[in-house]
Amino acid sequence: MPDRESERFSPWIGFRTLFYKEVLRFWKVGFQTVAAPVLNAVLFLLIFSHVLDRHVTVYGDISYTTFLVPGLIMMSLLQNAFANSSSSLIQSKITGNIIFVLLPPISYREFFTAYVTASVLRGLMVGVGVWLVAAPFVDLPMAHPLWVLMFAVLGGAILGSFGVIAGIWADKFDQLSAFQNFLIMPLTMLSGVFYSIHSLPGLWQSISHVNPFFFMIDGFRYGFFGQSDVSPWLSLAVVGACFVLLSALTLSMLARGYKLRN
Amino acid sequence: MTPAIRIDSVTKHYGAFQALAGVSLEVAQGEFFGLLGPNGAGKTTLISSLAGLTRPSSGTLEVMGHDVVTDYRRARMKFGVVPQELVFDPFFSVRELLRIQSGYFGIARNEEWIDEVLDNLDLLPKANANMRTLSGGMKRRVLVAQALVHRPPVIVLDEPTAGVDVELRQGLWQFIRKLNRDGHTIVLTTHYLEEAETLCGRIAMLKAGKIVALDSTRALLKQFASHSLRVRVTDADAALAVGGVIEDGSWVTFGFDAYADVEQLLARLREAGAGVEEIQIGEPDLERVFVEVMNRA
Ligand SMILES: Nc1ncnc2c1ncn2[C@@H]1O[C@H](COP(=O)(O)OP(=O)(O)OP(=O)(O)O)[C@@H](O)[C@H]1O
Ligand SMILES: [Mg+2]
Repeated sequence: MPDRESERFSPWIGFRTLFYKEVLRFWKVGFQTVAAPVLNAVLFLLIFSHVLDRHVTVYGDISYTTFLVPGLIMMSLLQNAFANSSSSLIQSKITGNIIFVLLPPISYREFFTAYVTASVLRGLMVGVGVWLVAAPFVDLPMAHPLWVLMFAVLGGAILGSFGVIAGIWADKFDQLSAFQNFLIMPLTMLSGVFYSIHSLPGLWQSISHVNPFFFMIDGFRYGFFGQSDVSPWLSLAVVGACFVLLSALTLSMLARGYKLRN
Repeated sequence: MTPAIRIDSVTKHYGAFQALAGVSLEVAQGEFFGLLGPNGAGKTTLISSLAGLTRPSSGTLEVMGHDVVTDYRRARMKFGVVPQELVFDPFFSVRELLRIQSGYFGIARNEEWIDEVLDNLDLLPKANANMRTLSGGMKRRVLVAQALVHRPPVIVLDEPTAGVDVELRQGLWQFIRKLNRDGHTIVLTTHYLEEAETLCGRIAMLKAGKIVALDSTRALLKQFASHSLRVRVTDADAALAVGGVIEDGSWVTFGFDAYADVEQLLARLREAGAGVEEIQIGEPDLERVFVEVMNRA
């Protein structure tokens, strides 16, 4: 009887395979998905540091280039975590091969975790890439490695989760790029990647404080310099709350089968 | 014994449109079952509901006794679908894809079965080829292989032979028949009615989201006029008055049971003034049954 054969099921293997597939998907085109964003960030670094290094110092004695590197690492990490889950999902939806992950006995929680973890991994790889390339040129301290890791993982998870939402919601690639160009890009650019918000006029300082990306980058930067614009604990609380809220939203979308099982 | 598939009063709405209008159906274990119907009848929607790809608006569906919503893990473990659309993942080779698909079903090591499936579908020479490089028919074979990685006891094939050459079609049916003999339940949709006629023991016909016929293939063939007489007549209206069904232009079809009836039929046509110009006698076939069922419903 063929029936008994299929009685055994290991959710762990299902999750692991989906995660592995998601990693393989970006790794097979690693030139575009990892190398290109690293190059991008390094170009930013070269240009900004060349223009500004001698004129600006931050937190007293930190050179502008040194200050810039953690922000660039985080920005690249966040953007790529978002790009990973969102582009994977929309590609699968448009080509129709999303059914291959919807037909198996994979729960929506496993689905969520696999996509988000793969996004975090790509974000971390890009982040480490930027760090490695920049390291020879700047004297970058790392005061609290655990804080660095914590913000990197949480930030990646938030954007990976956001990418799942965008990938499920969008029906076309241009809707996805609208997300990227009108939401992710401005929010990261205005989050203090390129400046300390203390240098901003009062109104802009307050606006920055409602931008969750500001807390991701400020907390991340604290891990390197031991100094930050706001308390790292506040950043951790904001970023942690964002993660919980966004995950809950994504999970509820997946549980309802929104746009995936309609 | 638990039915392989149980569908109970399933409806599905897309906005105001009703794709399934209350479908109830049971397929017993070990059956080779045909699901027929014109384009847009709701066959794929019904299959998607069974697979959990679509949530029905109301009603329940079970696979091997497992509700496809509340007990989805067990239901999906026992269900394999060959989708109608030719979808594939361009990132992977055939073997990679089958390994990944096995993993999704919780199977870590599946090489032996993967090889057997590939062999049966004549895919071994293409095992390491990227999906992108395969021809349409080969991609369809991979879809069949993907549906079988977890050896599901219930297998649904949604038009598996569309765009597939004669050789594979025969090879495919040989393989599916073997699976059926081994105890797998097979559900098939197809627009090739000869295929359904030779393969399926029982058939459901769907029209506009409703089941309009459900019986064994033999009974269906018998019930709807065992033979047919096609005549080309000078006056189709006169022939219709005798009780025929018009096909196209001046061809009119009558059903009859025994050849002795033919004489009487021709006599009545003459009396009615429908001059007979050409005659064809047809053995009973599913296509005729299908046309008639669809016209009546
Ligand atoms: N996602 C959807 N949104 C709106 N309408 C849909 C959707 N999916 C299917 N339909 C409609 O539901 C009806 C049934 O479609 P379905 O694909 O089930 O037909 P089918 O019997 O499989 O036809 P075919 O033989 O052409 O494959 C069609 O009228 C179709 O347009
Ligand atoms: Mg269909």
